[in-house]
Amino acid sequence: MKYSPWSQDAARLLLATLRDEKGPVLMALQLMQKEFGYVDQECVPLIANYFNKSRAEVHGVLTFYHDLRTTAPGEHLISICVAEACQSVGARALEKEVKSQFGAEVTDSYCFGNCALGPAATVDGKLIGRATLAKIKKART
Amino acid sequence: MRVYVPADSAAISIGADEVAARIAQLDPSITIVRNGSRGALWLETLVEVQTQSGRIAYGPVMPEDVQSLFDSDFLNGGAHPLALGKSDDIQWLASQDRVTFARVGIIDPLSLEEYRQHGGLVGLKSALGSTSESIIDEVTQSGLRGRGGAGFPAGIKWKTVAQTISTEKYICCNADEGDSGTFADRMLIEGDPFTLIEGMTIAAIAVGATQGIVYLRSEYPHAISVLQKAIENAREFGWLGAHVLESTYSFDIQIRVGAGSYVCGEETAMLESIEGKRGVVRAKPPLPAIEGLFGQPTVINNVLTLSTVPMVLAQGAAAYKARGVGRSLGTQVFQLGGNIARGGIVEKAFGVTLKELLETYGAGTLSGKPFRAVQIGGPLGAYFSAEQLETSMDYESLIAAGGMLGHGGVVVFDDSVDLAVQAKFAMEFCAIESCGKCAPCRIGSTRGAETIDLIIQGVRVDENKKLLLDLCEVMTDGSLCAMGGLTPMPVKSAMANFPSDFLGAAK
Repeated sequence: MKYSPWSQDAARLLLATLRDEKGPVLMALQLMQKEFGYVDQECVPLIANYFNKSRAEVHGVLTFYHDLRTTAPGEHLISICVAEACQSVGARALEKEVKSQFGAEVTDSYCFGNCALGPAATVDGKLIGRATLAKIKKART
Repeated sequence: MRVYVPADSAAISIGADEVAARIAQLDPSITIVRNGSRGALWLETLVEVQTQSGRIAYGPVMPEDVQSLFDSDFLNGGAHPLALGKSDDIQWLASQDRVTFARVGIIDPLSLEEYRQHGGLVGLKSALGSTSESIIDEVTQSGLRGRGGAGFPAGIKWKTVAQTISTEKYICCNADEGDSGTFADRMLIEGDPFTLIEGMTIAAIAVGATQGIVYLRSEYPHAISVLQKAIENAREFGWLGAHVLESTYSFDIQIRVGAGSYVCGEETAMLESIEGKRGVVRAKPPLPAIEGLFGQPTVINNVLTLSTVPMVLAQGAAAYKARGVGRSLGTQVFQLGGNIARGGIVEKAFGVTLKELLETYGAGTLSGKPFRAVQIGGPLGAYFSAEQLETSMDYESLIAAGGMLGHGGVVVFDDSVDLAVQAKFAMEFCAIESCGKCAPCRIGSTRGAETIDLIIQGVRVDENKKLLLDLCEVMTDGSLCAMGGLTPMPVKSAMANFPSDFLGAAK
């Protein structure tokens, strides 16, 4: 996936688009991640100043949500659903297999809403039903 | 020539896009309609051809099957091993009672014209010609209860918001469908988004709100994009905006995207998240109906609740409540998932038995191994055994059986499941997703997982089981919200219904 390199100036321009939103902090962090692939540590004071919040508030939001990351992602992102419905059709075994192949790229997730066609996984955002290691490898290329 | 190929996420996940592309490649003159899924996910990708005698279905179609479909003249309903006959005659679908899901899979989700041809906007127009009081009365009379899981009567909630005086009120749609085994909100939004918009508009007119927000989880990117387009279409049409369908009402809808937190499906945590804060649960009272989003009176309803309202107003409360049993009136959109041969959406009147869902519709396990357990109502719901299949699927019967309906998810496990491991997972999940505000949930979940681990290892099994039940009582009675309060449900039901899995080393 392609992201822009981190830049304070670009970030400020993006934050300006949220000026009229009520309760903008989470949206701001999501917007940073969408643009740059992660939330750079410089975002915390930047967002705090921009929306007149304390750094603690922004840091609190940043660290609460599973989606938000503070380090740049690798080239691919693989996510395996390990919630109950997918567990019932072998998600734990798939998780182990995929992690042993792609290690750091892999995160756990809880439900993509594809519970009748599990195990479910996503590769770079694309949802895969009846997932297998082979299907994940193919989607990754 | 019109061919339907679903653009539902589940269908796409097993190749619907490739099927559509292959059809377009082999005959570019065909109009391909990307409908929602009819809900028989075990038949996806379900390709339908519009013929003079109705829609003819083929499925499950893989991209590599498309050439042979053309060879069999499927455009004229030709015979093929994947041929299913007329879509409307497929027993699995025809035997359902589609109310909330009446249009899903039938129409082009983003065509307002098709929406209106299939009965859309009738409910809203009736609301526009009515008073707040009579709309709320109709919804109350219908018996419609919250489909998110709590089952609170929708009309009573609306009445509270309508009676609270404020110039700023909100309609918040909870589309943070995080329960494992549930996907009805996603399919409704992807397959018939205008129904949700119509339901929210009616709610707004009834309570005097001008702003709607849909809190939609980030795990559903396709649903987000479909709903965004539907909102834009509705604005262009003059439905959303300063004058709803040329009336004096003003109403608009914004989507707020979640960020991967399960507890934000709890209504007060959701409000905090929409306000851009940590998704930490609020103490109640004050009720959100009186002091909700940004401190203003707020209706919070699930996608399915709001999406059922247009039908209630269009066909009348009496028609809706003619279905169901006892105090569970109308239909429920059950979602069959997990280790099941025929998974998908089954919308039936309340009172269908678990057995009918699992056997008539589910047709056994996917693996072919014997059935052992079923979890109803998501990760906080109970595990039932084969001995409980006669249970009636309605709010009260499930509570009486030690469980809950939740959001209607039904997850099947074959005989390879170990319920002690599932019980431990319930506690671990709570530990990961707890918002951390109250101790029984934050600390109890971790201690619970440790204690179940000791039982699995065979360490002082009887003593630890007693301790675990005591901990469950503390979590049930002492937690601020359903996250900590209901985590004991899967744990205790697993212990009660599958005692042989909790014998430790003696197993």
